[in-house]
Amino acid sequence: MDPLVAAASVIAAALAIGLAAIGPGIGQGNASGQAVEGIARQPEAEGKIRGTLLLTLAFMESLTIYGLVIALVLLFANPFA
Amino acid sequence: MHYSGLLLDMLNGFDPMPLAKLEVGHHLYWRIGDLTIHGQVFLTSWIVIGLLLIASIAATRNAQRVPSGIQNLMEYALEFVRDLTKNQIGEKEYRPWVPFVGTLFLFIFVANWSGALVPWKLIHLPEGELAAPTNDINTTVALALLVSLAYFYAGFKKKGLGYFAKYIQPTPILLPIAILEDFTKPLSLSFRLFGNILADELVVAVLVLLVPLFVPLPVMMLGLFTSAIQALVFATLAAAYIHEALEGHGEEEAH
Repeated sequence: MDPLVAAASVIAAALAIGLAAIGPGIGQGNASGQAVEGIARQPEAEGKIRGTLLLTLAFMESLTIYGLVIALVLLFANPFA
Repeated sequence: MHYSGLLLDMLNGFDPMPLAKLEVGHHLYWRIGDLTIHGQVFLTSWIVIGLLLIASIAATRNAQRVPSGIQNLMEYALEFVRDLTKNQIGEKEYRPWVPFVGTLFLFIFVANWSGALVPWKLIHLPEGELAAPTNDINTTVALALLVSLAYFYAGFKKKGLGYFAKYIQPTPILLPIAILEDFTKPLSLSFRLFGNILADELVVAVLVLLVPLFVPLPVMMLGLFTSAIQALVFATLAAAYIHEALEGHGEEEAH
């Protein structure tokens, strides 16, 4: 593999993961905060709130995972190598 | 596709434990005619399917009025899947879709957990390694395309050609986005499942490479948790898409 392509791929993979983690991080923080607020206000609804929270967290998580898929493609199945 | 192992060569260079090898992009290739298929995925899928078949046969072979043992477990699973489908599709139309959504959920769930719980790495293959079938993108794409077919079928069966009215329903300006959505749905479904499972296995493998004992255990527990959640998410989304096709107003936005 061309060393330039290798270096660029590694940097691109790191950027893909790092940048893709910012947005979902903020989103998950917001969602969890709101969920805690909801539970504090209405403790009897805890089960329902937790179920919905876990599901929505998984959706946000998947955005980072898309970045991870790109990073893995660059590292293990690089189309430019 | 041409695979190159950049990080892979590095990691395989120092290999203190035979259990901790990372093999992404190496497969056990089988040739059938002109097709090249990934054999290790088929082997593990068959084992998962076999497990599910044995469990269902054992649960229903001698059904009792008061369930116990395996029958109890499978009834619990059935109720769980039924409630999931009912919550998404609604009281009136959920019943015919319970088998489909249930099969998706159970297959993905058992496949994900088999990758974490069964010590596949002890069995050596000539090339590649056994792992969860869902950590191969082909498996997840197949499952996601099945979901696409299912919701198109649901829409056609209910409304015939009137199903296409939903593409221009609020305004024809949104037609490209509506068409694009049909492509992004299976794309995001498959990538989400594939990425999560592969990420789990990679994180565990890297940690085992660094510290072979005890330290990877919490991460493995987290992996079990996310695997279960991903199976739930896949089944929930499949049911939500089917519901959307049955309703046809496209108000729900779920990604």
